[in-house]
Amino acid sequence: MSRPVDAAANAALFIADPAHQETHDRLVWGMRQHRDKAVAAIPEWERLRDLASKLKEHTLTHLDRYLEQFEANATKRGAQVHWARDAAEHNEIVAQIFLDRGARRIVKSKSMLQEECGMMPYLAGRGLEVVESDLGERIQQLDHEGPSHIFVPAIHKLRTDVAALFAKNLGTDPDDSEPHHLAEAMRQNARPKFLRADAGMTGANFAVAETGGFVVCTNEGNADIGATLPKLHVASVGIEKLVPRARDLGVFVRLLARSGLGSAMTQYTSHFHGPKPGGELHIVLVDNTRSARLGSPEFWEVLKCIRCGACMNTCPVYRRSGGLAYGATYSGPIGVILDPGFDHRKYGELPFHSTLCGSCTEVCPVKIDVSGQIAKWRRVIASEGLMAPGESIGMKALGATLAHPATFHAAEAIGLAAIAHLPRAVVDNPLNPWTKHREMPTPPAETFRSWHERNRGGA
Amino acid sequence: MTARETILATVRANLPKPAVSMPEVPTSTDHSGTEGGVGWRRSLDDLGEVHDFPDEGESPVPYFRRHLDAMGGRSFEVADAAAARAKVAELFPDAKVVCSAADEVPGTRRIADVVDPHDLADVDVGIVRSRLGVAEAGAVWLSGTDLVVDALGVLAQHLVVLLDPSAVVPTLHDAYGARLDLASSPYGVFMAGPSATADIEGVVIYGAQGARTMTILLLAADATGEI
Repeated sequence: MSRPVDAAANAALFIADPAHQETHDRLVWGMRQHRDKAVAAIPEWERLRDLASKLKEHTLTHLDRYLEQFEANATKRGAQVHWARDAAEHNEIVAQIFLDRGARRIVKSKSMLQEECGMMPYLAGRGLEVVESDLGERIQQLDHEGPSHIFVPAIHKLRTDVAALFAKNLGTDPDDSEPHHLAEAMRQNARPKFLRADAGMTGANFAVAETGGFVVCTNEGNADIGATLPKLHVASVGIEKLVPRARDLGVFVRLLARSGLGSAMTQYTSHFHGPKPGGELHIVLVDNTRSARLGSPEFWEVLKCIRCGACMNTCPVYRRSGGLAYGATYSGPIGVILDPGFDHRKYGELPFHSTLCGSCTEVCPVKIDVSGQIAKWRRVIASEGLMAPGESIGMKALGATLAHPATFHAAEAIGLAAIAHLPRAVVDNPLNPWTKHREMPTPPAETFRSWHERNRGGA
Repeated sequence: MTARETILATVRANLPKPAVSMPEVPTSTDHSGTEGGVGWRRSLDDLGEVHDFPDEGESPVPYFRRHLDAMGGRSFEVADAAAARAKVAELFPDAKVVCSAADEVPGTRRIADVVDPHDLADVDVGIVRSRLGVAEAGAVWLSGTDLVVDALGVLAQHLVVLLDPSAVVPTLHDAYGARLDLASSPYGVFMAGPSATADIEGVVIYGAQGARTMTILLLAADATGEI
């Protein structure tokens, strides 16, 4: 049994360093602002969100048919389709494909699914050399960390962190933290690895049932280099990535990069339909809890997610705590509602790592009620007795108080008096983390109820 | 049961109810209004960004060029093939290996002579003709048929793309809805500007892994075949 993630404690570590925290907040909020500009240029934006949501809902409520259709068409194109029930099965299938063909050196582009499956350490254990080719992901690989953001995995790092890391691993000048120089050093380092790779790996942003192909979106073009150079290409595809038809891509591609980074499209939107002449294309369709979630009337809508990152960029908690605080593959609001589905106990605190401000729901391009899902997860975690002790004591007292109007009214009056008159040491105690970074509000002279009874009583 | 059978059976048993019907998805840019379409000018008085969205029947090329600039690319109008060759020579005076998949600008190496994609590692400038541009993102479609060797688009240090101005459509709905046969070759890519990254402190850097620069030469094609 894995230990529960203490996101608050992790966040405290990140926040303790103002340089990292402030830069992270500024950069991530900047992406949200870029998103707003891009969205403002699309007058039919709300209609697109609605279409995307309906398309996903249609696909998910007919998913068996679309999976079979995709498999049939992909096979017709010459791709080999594999099915994996869980992470272990996925990793085993992938390793076997490489080992059977004598492929030892693999370049991969970023795939959240492969992160989710813990694929990298597994393949390393099978004697395979797998190199991340996305710059941010490679930075994280060199630093032995997971991605902290869905599409900018090293956004929590400062340029000086990257300079130190590259100096240690690539032999660059530790005092040169100019981002252009660092990116160039990585380009020079990655190119030979691409050229000698035996196989390329990608994920997929969308899989098209009608055509039997899939789409990979990157800004660096690294997926394209990895997939067009070696003869062997292996792609991991979550079963929720299906879209029915080519025309549906118009809706999703228009939404994806605008929602995340604020650009009209990713620089590369790459389509793969069958193997290259003389090559092999393997598609591993992965379940890993998805089919179970589909059966949950409360939580199936999370499967609509297209991994754009918009909810992370807008989240006041994510922006300040950094993605690594979540201790999970997926961070930010989408992580809060995805991670407990993998492990209630380990990720039980994450749904409380939110202010429920609702901003994530507003920006979601496929209209997932993210904040509503967070609230629902809180209920699940609380009912299973998995809340952190500090939270559960307070919540139980609150629940008992709210359940009885008379007690609530008495408590209201006592509360106001307490804030006004109690010594600071009593209000400002470890069971009340609210006051850690805030002052308590100035209490009003009387409660609204007593004012109402005095002035509007009997009306 | 095999994994395939287990997954399909679980999915089937767990399909959410009620089933949601397929919505109607646009297959072309619809100029009829915010409710139904794109770029409805009357609703956009406050939105400077969309003021030049092409009206029905208007050329989307200026819109294409502006968006290409925003994505870090650049474009030039050239009168004929000779002007295209001169432009390439002017832009890349130091290029040693110019590998071309476009008849108008032959370069120093014909792509038809390249057998192994690894042989493209030394290419300074790659040249290819696109048969479809998408104005809203400054993007060009390059299929395996256009590139001949797929890796040409991403291994060349610099990429030059010839594009017929009449092959530019306003939005992705036009491209995915009607113009493209996605599966006509195993590989096809929309490129919108050069390779880019913002992975280090959000600083936008061009030339991350693929092409360092992306130049579009607007040059009418003699004949535009099927895409």
